[in-house]
Amino acid sequence: MSDIWVWVEQFNAQALPVSWEVVGAGRTLADGLGVELAALVFGQDVQGVAQEAIYCGADKVFVCDDSTLADVRAQPYAGLLSKLAAKHKPQAILAGATSAGRDVLALAAVDLEAGLIPDCTGLALEDGQLKATRPVYAGKLMSNVYAEGDTVLLTLRSRAFPAVEADTGRSGEVLAVEPAMAAGEIAVQVLGLEAAEGEVSLTDAGTIVSGGRGVGGPEGFEPVRQLAVTLGAAMGASRAAVDAGWIPYANQVGQTGKTVSPDLYIAAGISGAIQHLAGMRTSKVIVAINKDPEAPIFKLAQYGIVGDLFKVVPALTAEFKKRL
Amino acid sequence: MHILVCAKQTPSTTAVLAVDDGKVTWSDPGGSPDIANPWDEYAVEEAIRLREKYGGKVTTVSMGPEDAREALKTAIAMGCDEAALITDEAIKGSDTLATSYVLAKAIEKLGDVDMVIFGRQAIDGDTGQTSMQVAGWLGWTPFSSVASVDDVDLDARTVTVTRAIEAGRQKVKGALPAALSVLKEINEPRYPSFKGIRKATRYMRRRLPIWGAADLDADPDKIGAAGSCVRWPDVFALPPKEGECTIVKADSPEAAAAALVDKLFEEQVI
Repeated sequence: MSDIWVWVEQFNAQALPVSWEVVGAGRTLADGLGVELAALVFGQDVQGVAQEAIYCGADKVFVCDDSTLADVRAQPYAGLLSKLAAKHKPQAILAGATSAGRDVLALAAVDLEAGLIPDCTGLALEDGQLKATRPVYAGKLMSNVYAEGDTVLLTLRSRAFPAVEADTGRSGEVLAVEPAMAAGEIAVQVLGLEAAEGEVSLTDAGTIVSGGRGVGGPEGFEPVRQLAVTLGAAMGASRAAVDAGWIPYANQVGQTGKTVSPDLYIAAGISGAIQHLAGMRTSKVIVAINKDPEAPIFKLAQYGIVGDLFKVVPALTAEFKKRL
Repeated sequence: MHILVCAKQTPSTTAVLAVDDGKVTWSDPGGSPDIANPWDEYAVEEAIRLREKYGGKVTTVSMGPEDAREALKTAIAMGCDEAALITDEAIKGSDTLATSYVLAKAIEKLGDVDMVIFGRQAIDGDTGQTSMQVAGWLGWTPFSSVASVDDVDLDARTVTVTRAIEAGRQKVKGALPAALSVLKEINEPRYPSFKGIRKATRYMRRRLPIWGAADLDADPDKIGAAGSCVRWPDVFALPPKEGECTIVKADSPEAAAAALVDKLFEEQVI
């Protein structure tokens, strides 16, 4: 039986948090099938990431350390991934469902003419056959998905699988590989990056504090922001608040925004339209603060406070400051 | 510049979905049960704006069942010049690889497309992979998560876009022809005018070209269920939420906050 592969995505030579969730999911599959787990580490100055991949559960690592891979670009990454996969024929390749993970696997799937199952939230083995579970219809329904062929490619949603702990006692083989494309063959050139600084990423966040129509205006997000800062949380928003121009689109949670799955989701002044609920319903604990006791958000929440968010949210911030 | 938009008909955002024996049905008591995929309106709008700036024409194609006209109707009503429906029994059950292959064949048939634009994802299948895979089949330059199209240089045959990715806003440049998938922040889609809606209705009735697999010269082994590696036999409703919401009541916001914080520590989510 052939191996399970995982792509360990990195940025500036640091592995992304989701990469260790992917390695953990890959390790579980490999153990279930009795096969080896190989990690793919592409980038520049990424020998440290390769070593970490072994500590986190890979039996071997294919490393391509090259200046053409310093920027994560879909074409050279997918070209290399599919070239290696065509040679070694792993039975599955897993990556995080990040912008780059989705792009790289989508392109590689065309090269390999292989099945691609995006945005999985569950993986299981049924008589040795891989079954993936993923949300469909904007999170309103789920589906079980199977793929045929030599290799199946899957992207895994952030925070849907537990991250693995590094074990520095583990050892493995590191195999250096050459890039598949020369610098001149790559059609896309990165001109610059305006980094998202100081903000916690919504999809990686363990805690999210969101505001909706009830905050009433851009300044209404200030108490929401203060609670988020106190908790080290990411800031979210409903579509109503984004459409009103009170907060950037990047903060939107829901059907036409981001899908999130934090341990704690605090919704302040969000009534809970079905489109918003679709984006955050898999949160472990949901807290709703709303002055309308009939708001649909209370049907999904574990805890609720019926009241004025401009009194309740600052009181929560003060309480957390005392206790954290 | 010839810009193509690939758009899809989906259930409305407020549709009530039901699953019976793995088959999904829906209705919308509040309005039309089928709509143009909301993400695709941003793709249509961007294509029209690029045509307004750089000249040329916009075509929209949609792949789906024989009666899937909503996405095309919306596109024409908003201002697209041409539309075509790709429908065939032989393409039923296509996964993203087969779907992107069919769309790539449609682009080859059109012959002179410089740029194809997609919405980020469709709100039914939610895969968000089709634009990349179309680029893959055609060997075109792929740009996903596009937040703005900054420049199109038709002489140099390049396009420069800003992408909104996890790390921030990335400015990238690449060669035409290119395949883009666009985010909601790229623009605000216009509402169709009455004239546009009337034009769309007429277009659907009298002019809409309908393309089958043979018209696209598609390899029968690469399309439909037979050409797909991925199967999704079981679609099911989410398990209902367990337990009721605990409403924390207290005499003051401060006391309610303190009681809630106690609960959250108990839940070990802090």
